[in-house]
Amino acid sequence: MGSTSGFGQSVRAPGEPWVWFTAVGLTVGLAMILALLALVLVEGLKAFWPRRVVEISLRPTGTETEPSRVLVGERIRVRPKATLQGSDRAANPAHREWQLFLGNKDVFGLSFRYVDVADIAAVRQPGGIWRIERTEYGPLLGWPVALLQPALDPLPASDPRFEATLNRLVEEARRRRAEIRKLEKHDIGRLNRQMEELHLRMRQASSRRLDEGAYERQRQAWANQIAELETAYNQLASRARELRVLQEQAALVCRLADGRETSVPIGRILAWYRPNELDFTGRLGVFLGRLREFLSEEPREANTEGGIFPAIFGTFVMTVLMSVAVMPFGVLAAVYLREYARQGWFTRAVRIAVNNLAGVPSIVFGVFGLGFFVYFLGGQIDRLFFADRLPTPTFGTGGLIWASLTLALLTVPVVVVATEEALAAVPRSVREGSLACGASRWQTIQRVVLPAAAPGILTGLILAMARGAGEVAPLMLVGVVKLAPELPINTTYPFIHLDQKFMHLGFHIYDLGFQSPDSDAAQPMVFATTLFLLALVITLNLAAIGIRNHLRRKYATGAF
Amino acid sequence: MEIDPPALQSAGSPATPVSLTGSRVQSVAPTPAGANPRLIQIEAYDFFYGNHQVLHQVSLDIPERHVTALIGPSGCGKTTLLRSINRMNDLIEGAHHRGDIRIRDQSIFDPHLEVIALRKRIGMVFQKSNPFPKSIFENVVYPLRVAGVRQRSILEETAERCLRAAALWDEVKDRLHTSALGLSGGQQQRLCIARAIANEPEILLMDEPCSALDPVATARIEELILELKQRYTIVIVTHNMQQAARISDYTAFFYLGRLIEAGPTHRIFTSPKNKQTEDYVTGRFG
Repeated sequence: MGSTSGFGQSVRAPGEPWVWFTAVGLTVGLAMILALLALVLVEGLKAFWPRRVVEISLRPTGTETEPSRVLVGERIRVRPKATLQGSDRAANPAHREWQLFLGNKDVFGLSFRYVDVADIAAVRQPGGIWRIERTEYGPLLGWPVALLQPALDPLPASDPRFEATLNRLVEEARRRRAEIRKLEKHDIGRLNRQMEELHLRMRQASSRRLDEGAYERQRQAWANQIAELETAYNQLASRARELRVLQEQAALVCRLADGRETSVPIGRILAWYRPNELDFTGRLGVFLGRLREFLSEEPREANTEGGIFPAIFGTFVMTVLMSVAVMPFGVLAAVYLREYARQGWFTRAVRIAVNNLAGVPSIVFGVFGLGFFVYFLGGQIDRLFFADRLPTPTFGTGGLIWASLTLALLTVPVVVVATEEALAAVPRSVREGSLACGASRWQTIQRVVLPAAAPGILTGLILAMARGAGEVAPLMLVGVVKLAPELPINTTYPFIHLDQKFMHLGFHIYDLGFQSPDSDAAQPMVFATTLFLLALVITLNLAAIGIRNHLRRKYATGAF
Repeated sequence: MEIDPPALQSAGSPATPVSLTGSRVQSVAPTPAGANPRLIQIEAYDFFYGNHQVLHQVSLDIPERHVTALIGPSGCGKTTLLRSINRMNDLIEGAHHRGDIRIRDQSIFDPHLEVIALRKRIGMVFQKSNPFPKSIFENVVYPLRVAGVRQRSILEETAERCLRAAALWDEVKDRLHTSALGLSGGQQQRLCIARAIANEPEILLMDEPCSALDPVATARIEELILELKQRYTIVIVTHNMQQAARISDYTAFFYLGRLIEAGPTHRIFTSPKNKQTEDYVTGRFG
């Protein structure tokens, strides 16, 4: 008994509770991160899932003068009534309210409405209702009545040819829309650029005219060219006008929940489906279609509808440019600091300063970027190379290049610290081996030390990208906009427009969440955009991790 | 410290350096025809790390195309002396020296001599194998690459020649372009030897090349050293008395930063003139 009990008491190692504390710390951190990710994932994907449409009959209140006591819409969420306080809240189901999406903003004025649960008399799923996605005013919820076509009798919804005809018309309208877009953005844009170029040349010539006669002849020639371009422009513009008229000709008449009828020009219809008749595969199809639209289209209606493709593209291009800028800069700084500089109080001070740079609020970097890059550097570039266009700034205003450089500055401490650590981890014996072979110090660094440190340097880049891609505040000052008309890389010469303003997912989230005129409509988009910002950052990181693992494998210490 | 006057070579004046093959000690191994008995001349060499002196008045001649072993207990300065020959000690902050080291009568501290050019004439093999994170091929031709050689045929020819000389060719010829870090410890050390002779150096410095290897790998390296001495002058630092006895032609014994005794290996091991040398080689202290 004595000996066993003696062992039994000494089994508990001292400090055991601390092990548990560390486990609890990790668990809490993980739980918070996973909860956040789950929230973003669920809410983000829910925005694309087609909901059933419900019809709600309200109790008559007597005093109410509202004509319709029937509402049709999608139930978005249930919440405690906003007016109640304290213990009443949420306890009684009658003290809750539903948020309904009614659609038809053009007719009702508002597309969202809150309904008191206590007022609801009956709820049912109406059959045959359509949800029609439109280019303007958001979706329409209603029952189709007839198809109006010019010079033809109205085609009633009961006709067997109704759906086929509608689909044909919608497809025609889609093609016309693409043509209008091409005319206006591409062809007319090209003419505009040519005209701008000519005007610029005329201004240049008039400011430093030498020979009066030659100048006059030249001016005449340019004026003729401009006139030609204007004719071409008018032709294109009238073609676009004709197409627009065609877009408005045919129309779909729908009956709304309150019995009113409204007519939608076919040209504004993007797609339609019957939310209450869809089976699971049908809903999945709609879900995937919407997801694809979200990822590949441009935003519409103050960013609350349509997609986020320009923002994804802008974020991607900016992050890549930032990495391209920060890598050589940070690596060279770290190489000098670690390999060449005499280690002493000065290098220690520099190291402390670099580390503290990582703690400077990012908006300060934004202000610096605006003052130094945009106004000073950009202003100088404009004065030297784009003097003819002044006072319109070219580089003297926020743009892709300045945003990338500002973020590169912001992330340089991360790269410097990681690179220094990676360099320090390269064994002295390898450096000596290289020097003993007759290599110079630079050859040793370039051919032996940097390849050996490459995985560690890439770790620094991964951290820098994660930080840079999620940064918003400094970008607001140096080149991000709510809506950019063109992508920063496009088919117009010189193809990569470093001076152009661009869209960014982080700023898009801020814009949707806090600057949107219709916050109810924007809310699901905030989650969806957050989801894809995270997805983009993760994708970029995975790419960098892939490269790092490839390098590690390449120089792997063999398995034996 | 009591040192027997005839053996007090390290304290001798710089004008009378110890000659290993000179008249005072009769050479056992015949000097190959045309070999310079005084290829490396170390004269009254002092070396300091900051204020700490680690070598005192070392004077030693090293003959061409022989193996010279530097032996002595840890911290006696033999590695420092070895690293002085190709000026690897330049890298150490606060290190400085007095005296001179000459190779073929040219001082290695001559300000007109490029240290890179010097190191190209001297190959070095380190205590711990240090292959670069590159392929086997790139490791061997590295000295040529840094010298600016681009011609594929020269590089391939050198790689094969050096790997054959290092007795590694048959083991790696099918995987020349895989990572050198995948080789075993002994193979890595032979790879480092192959790399050290890629520049066709005159001198090969070896700093305890077998200390991290097992007996089989050690035996292979020792065989290799005996082959290589036909063409190269080899200076080897070793802690292993048997190894020094097996492979070296001449031996120099260091103690506390001083050269105590130097001469043909068999004489140092069989009839040392100095008591300390005798104690060390017989294993009574060290």
